[in-house]
Amino acid sequence: MIKADNLSKHFGAIKAVDKVSFEVTEGETMVLLGTSGCGKTTTLKMLNRLIEPTSGTISINGRDVASRQPEELRRGIGYVLQNNGLFPHYTVAQNIAVVPNLLKWDRAKTQKRTTELMEKLHLSVQYLNAYPNELSGGQQQRVGLARALVADAPVLLMDEPFGALDNVTRTKIHAEFKALDELKRKTIIMVTHDVQEAFALGDRIVIMDKGRIVQQGTPQELLFTPANDFVKDFLKEQHLQLELRSVKLTDIWPGLTDTGRKTHTDLLSADENMWTALEGFKFTQHDNINIINQHTREIKSVGFEALMSAYYQYKKQPHHE
Amino acid sequence: MNEQQQSLLDFMRQQSDKLLSQTLEHIGLTFISLLLAVMIGLPLGILIARKKQLSGSVLGFAGVLQTIPSIALLGFMIPLLGIGPKPAIVALLLYALLPIIRNTYTGITGVDVSIKEAAVAMGMSKWQILKQVELPLAMPVILAGIRTATVINVGVATLASYIAAGGLGEFIFGGISLNNTNMILAGAIPAALLAIVFDFLLSLIQKMNFRKVRLGVYALPVITLLLASFYFIPSAYGGKLTAGFTPEFMGRQDGNLGLRDRYGLKIHTIVISDAVMYKAAYEKELDVISGYSTDGRLKAYDLVVLDDDKHIFPPYYAAPIVSEVALKKFPELERTLNMLSGTITDSIMTELNYRTDYLHQSPERVAKEFLESKNLYKPARNGKAGIVRIGSKIFGEQYILANMYAMLIRGYTNYDVSTKTGLGGTKICFDALTNNQIDFYPEYTGTGLLAILQAQPQTVNKLMSDKERTYNFVKAEFNKRYNIKWLTPIGFNNAYALMMRRKQAQELNVRTISELKNHTNTN
Repeated sequence: MIKADNLSKHFGAIKAVDKVSFEVTEGETMVLLGTSGCGKTTTLKMLNRLIEPTSGTISINGRDVASRQPEELRRGIGYVLQNNGLFPHYTVAQNIAVVPNLLKWDRAKTQKRTTELMEKLHLSVQYLNAYPNELSGGQQQRVGLARALVADAPVLLMDEPFGALDNVTRTKIHAEFKALDELKRKTIIMVTHDVQEAFALGDRIVIMDKGRIVQQGTPQELLFTPANDFVKDFLKEQHLQLELRSVKLTDIWPGLTDTGRKTHTDLLSADENMWTALEGFKFTQHDNINIINQHTREIKSVGFEALMSAYYQYKKQPHHE
Repeated sequence: MNEQQQSLLDFMRQQSDKLLSQTLEHIGLTFISLLLAVMIGLPLGILIARKKQLSGSVLGFAGVLQTIPSIALLGFMIPLLGIGPKPAIVALLLYALLPIIRNTYTGITGVDVSIKEAAVAMGMSKWQILKQVELPLAMPVILAGIRTATVINVGVATLASYIAAGGLGEFIFGGISLNNTNMILAGAIPAALLAIVFDFLLSLIQKMNFRKVRLGVYALPVITLLLASFYFIPSAYGGKLTAGFTPEFMGRQDGNLGLRDRYGLKIHTIVISDAVMYKAAYEKELDVISGYSTDGRLKAYDLVVLDDDKHIFPPYYAAPIVSEVALKKFPELERTLNMLSGTITDSIMTELNYRTDYLHQSPERVAKEFLESKNLYKPARNGKAGIVRIGSKIFGEQYILANMYAMLIRGYTNYDVSTKTGLGGTKICFDALTNNQIDFYPEYTGTGLLAILQAQPQTVNKLMSDKERTYNFVKAEFNKRYNIKWLTPIGFNNAYALMMRRKQAQELNVRTISELKNHTNTN
């Protein structure tokens, strides 16, 4: 779907991006992760030609972006900015209608699509005639997202989309983001410096440093087979949580021992991860939890010790993919 | 105070048609130039916001224009564009340019980077970004610049009357030279009100929210155009010959009013400053001008004086007028000043004026050489017995006289001298004398009679033909009213005169004002 080949961007003597190559398949969410100044944002902005690369090529659906007219290219790519970049002199409705107007949609179509998106993004239609400064930060970010989604472009670029939000709002939006069907069929490239966000949202993560790619792979690959000390150090602080989040109960299913004591009727899906299962213990008065595996149509009731021993058993295996 | 206000209203009522046409001219001048300044400044501001390397030089250049004194800028315009509305509009436009360019530049470069990036990323073209994002967001700042430019223009437009472009300056400068406070106020108050009203109206537009601003922005050019068109309303003139009169001449009984009453002269008249009037006549911008009979430029530009066959111009014999306080303080002063009396005739004065005004010799040199030729010059004694303060009005003849007096005082007495030359018109000089800012200055009998004493028409008519009686009248009245003494007249008569180019006067066979009247009234 999107392919970057030997992409470089030099600002004078500084190599902001240095021979970066990656491929994103259709429907995938890829996260560019790194500290500030690592070149991740520059890489992102080259994709819709906000920045022209010094060398290297980018193709979307097999077409070289350099051969396309920039305005036309950009109208086919959704873009979400960190500070939302909403036009302060436009109402919410006008902001969302910017790209449809550029594409010369008729008014009724724009209106219908806007209302649909407002609903999906949990924004009350009463805000349609409000100006951005009358909305909260979270609402503004949703409008920014709506603006990027309205024309239903197949590709979505997101530059630190949730960076300006507080932690509580961000976690809430993460959950909504994953649940949004609009996004499931899109190819998304997101830039972030937040490790948890990358692991929560990314199908694949590209870790960058000093303009180069250090490692790319699934969250599990990065956690359990880090390419070098940089990656290890980068993920160290949240390592335990990330690890627990990255392992699903289905992964450790064979090692779980069923106590057979179903003392209550609460059920937890085996598609959930270890972190959620452990949180389950925190909020229940019982000493065991019931896990349902839809794939094998089994239910196991396990205690805390059994869960942890299955987890360590899983970790000791040589490969975790 | 009450009487003053009453008579100001009376004056405004009497002159209401003039006041209206001047106000309309003023508004018109302000807005024509503003419109042009926006048409030039806005694109320039946008250009330098795009190409930042140009911004330094463009803003610098506009800044330099702003620092040129307005009178000087108007003066520069005359050789290029002549007199009248054209140079005035160009000068006003140049003044309005800087705030408009600078605020457009600041407004556009000040638009949040992330908003511009969002606009680009959504696929807007450069033109769409400018029109839909940058200009609307920069509009409050741009409007602030236009507001500044408007207020500047209302102020500078008062000076347009110096180069015959009309406006409220006609009243203001006419009032200053005629010592007529009501006339000054009749021009100054409406000018100030215009500035306040336009500033207020523009501030309203500026404070509107974004959506309404767009409406206002569309309405603004229309309103500006409408206001600009005011300038052309009063300009329905007829006749072939054009006269240029100073603001002072326009309002005087022994000036334009007398020309109309006594001669019945009807001629297309524009108001112009004395500084550019002679040159404009020489360059055929004007045909008839109101000059002074001893003016050096008469000789320089080959003009002839039309004979005042009905005697409307009273005699203007020059003499120093001194405060009694100064005469007591400096006992030798009167004798010294009187040394000059009887030495300078009309033709000598014209010659001396020619040398300063046209040959650009310094008044000091001309004064010294004249005194030497009369064997009156003595080197300065560098005395320390007090300082005599000499005043003079702002034209060459007065500078020469002031210099002669300074040399005589330094040479024949132990007093030192400080000169306060260039005190503007009669009102400023006379006020300086009565307020003990200066000790004496050269004044003219006619000015004393008409502008300072503001004598009744009957009195003026009675005295007019006799120079002795005029002198005696003003001498007695000044002594009585102001405690100021008229010393012996110097000799020359610097009276008002109508003049034309010698060649044109011969072609039209015009030698007297009556003949001029017959010529214009039959055409």
